[in-house]
Amino acid sequence: MAEIVLDKVTKRYPDGALAVSEADFTIADGEFVILVGPSGCGKSTTLNMIAGLEDISDGELRIDGQRVNEKAPKDRDIAMVFQSYALYPHMSVRENMAFPLRLAKVDDKVVRQKVEEAAATLDLTQHLDRKPGNLSGGQRQRVAMGRAIVRNPKAFLMDEPLSNLDAKLRVQMRTSLSKLQKQLGTTTVYVTHDQTEAMTLGDRVVVLRGGIVQQIGSPQFLYEQPSNLFVAGFIGSPSMNFLPATLADNEVNSPIGKFALTDRIRSLVEAAGAPREVILGIRPEHFEDARLLDESAKSGGATFTASVDVLESMGSDKYAYFTVEGDQATSQELEELAADSGSADVPDRGSQVVTRLSAASEATQGGSLEVWFDADKVQLFDPSNGKNLTYSG
Amino acid sequence: MTETAVKPAPAKAAKKPKPELSEGKRAERRLGWLLCAPAALVMVAVTGWPIIYSVWLSMQRYDLRFPNQSEFVFLDNYITVLGSEYWWTAFGLTTLITVVSVIIELVLGMCLALIMHRTIVGRGLVRTVSLIPYGIVTVVAAFSWRYAWDDKTGYLSALLSSESALIDQTSAFFTVVLAEVWKTTPFMALLLMAGLALVPDDLLRAAAMDGAGPWQRFTKVIVPVMKPAILVALLFRTLDAFRIFDNLFVLTPGTSSVSIQTYNNLIKGLNLGIGSTMSVLIFITVAIIAFLFIKVFGTAAPGSDSGGKR
Repeated sequence: MAEIVLDKVTKRYPDGALAVSEADFTIADGEFVILVGPSGCGKSTTLNMIAGLEDISDGELRIDGQRVNEKAPKDRDIAMVFQSYALYPHMSVRENMAFPLRLAKVDDKVVRQKVEEAAATLDLTQHLDRKPGNLSGGQRQRVAMGRAIVRNPKAFLMDEPLSNLDAKLRVQMRTSLSKLQKQLGTTTVYVTHDQTEAMTLGDRVVVLRGGIVQQIGSPQFLYEQPSNLFVAGFIGSPSMNFLPATLADNEVNSPIGKFALTDRIRSLVEAAGAPREVILGIRPEHFEDARLLDESAKSGGATFTASVDVLESMGSDKYAYFTVEGDQATSQELEELAADSGSADVPDRGSQVVTRLSAASEATQGGSLEVWFDADKVQLFDPSNGKNLTYSG
Repeated sequence: MTETAVKPAPAKAAKKPKPELSEGKRAERRLGWLLCAPAALVMVAVTGWPIIYSVWLSMQRYDLRFPNQSEFVFLDNYITVLGSEYWWTAFGLTTLITVVSVIIELVLGMCLALIMHRTIVGRGLVRTVSLIPYGIVTVVAAFSWRYAWDDKTGYLSALLSSESALIDQTSAFFTVVLAEVWKTTPFMALLLMAGLALVPDDLLRAAAMDGAGPWQRFTKVIVPVMKPAILVALLFRTLDAFRIFDNLFVLTPGTSSVSIQTYNNLIKGLNLGIGSTMSVLIFITVAIIAFLFIKVFGTAAPGSDSGGKR
């Protein structure tokens, strides 16, 4: 168990490419921290630097207050779980899990006992004598976990450990992983490109983009107070709606109508010095079917009418998709996000708005619907640098 | 395909434990046999027949110097050869050369393979250069070694001021081993390098995280994972080395391996009966070596071993 400090850690490859630029954060003892970002954002490189599998070009990495930049992986006393699980194919499950202990020359009796304990925790007892080749994906994943936990390391590093599992198993493993980490209380650094995993697992989430840390905070904080357009678009599913808008006389003019800024937002925007052209961001759940609200509830927001393109009923909620007139909001961040999610390839006229409505809504596909949104929950971004103008820290 | 569920010929199906093949599968199999047939026939003609013929010859007294005295003697030739001291001396020497040279080749080949595998700069060049000895015809290479060790004009014997490298028995033995090793290590390295490619990088990273140093990573992860490739390389080399001929023939005309002795009897001595017996014995020995490798060590072609996958 240990505290991991990244002090302006930088990775520069010999060809000059900057993989990670001055990552500067502290992972507290026992904390579960997620590194998240699209592929190529430097999250795996960061993890490998903590592991010692890649050299640190600049900055300092401290584990338990000690500089470990120059230490070999085996001397850092941390365990790692790989995306491919990296189980030794020639060893039984028992020997796989015992491998780190055997290398540490632990007494045979202790090895046996520790392996059995770990196997019991992970529900692997009846598979101990099988070879990894004969196990299912979920079982292999658990063996990889077992190999990490048997030697009681200072920290766990996990490199997308669940992404090779099928969707249902992934959700299951996510819960048990979270439980296991709480139970062991070991510092854990977890890398994923899946924002759902980041939201559900982590005590704190570090969002990376192009090797630069965008924002660090609890999942809820990142969701409610994204510091920029990239974080806003990356966190949350379905993701935030972005629309081009103009700001004039404390009023927002957008494809979904003109509405006044609330006092809270106005003061934030004024403090941030907003430009005239902005990007308006609204999360799907901040919309509602206007017919379901009474006048007093409606007063805090604005309404617009549009025809429903697609209606998805999820049982508990309904997702209604609208197309609104006008150009799509454009910025570098949004293009990057679109490229990452693959939606850049989908041709689109106008901009699409996703709304999450109450299941009681009587919206019909193709029909016209009056939609209300909460004006106090909107976020405004600067298109030139992506900064959140309504960020209150 | 679904029609196979309703079996048209139950009597036939009952006889065979295997499920009846569908029409398409059967036609495909027939086509496969037809396509193989020409190659299979040529193989039988050029390899099968000589083998059968030499087995037949080995059971005859058949000396071309006395063609009139030929007769069928069944296993008498085998009794003669196996009772001969010369044969067993040659057999012992061949085995010794095989074991020593294959062990050295394995160690050097592994080093070379690791170097080639890890090389980043000029990968193609390094691989090509290391393969040059293997590309030289064995007899040519053997002659170049012989001239190099020549006690009057050879540059190696001048360099090491040893005048009898090919005359003294022990040093001649090592000279031959050296020539063999020099020539076939690249082949070994190439086979081993194919095996190294089977070891996933993640496995080595995992081992490093688990606390293994470079040597432990090599012995506990790399070697066991690439074991199939190592065994195949060893098998190929052992079979090859056991039939050593060219190097001995050129470098040390006096010594005799089993192949040389066969040559002496069959070609020089014109004794078809005894010569064929020896060649059949070599064939049997080689078959036993292959059998041992496959059954005892479980050699399989790289990749076909299910345990090799993660």
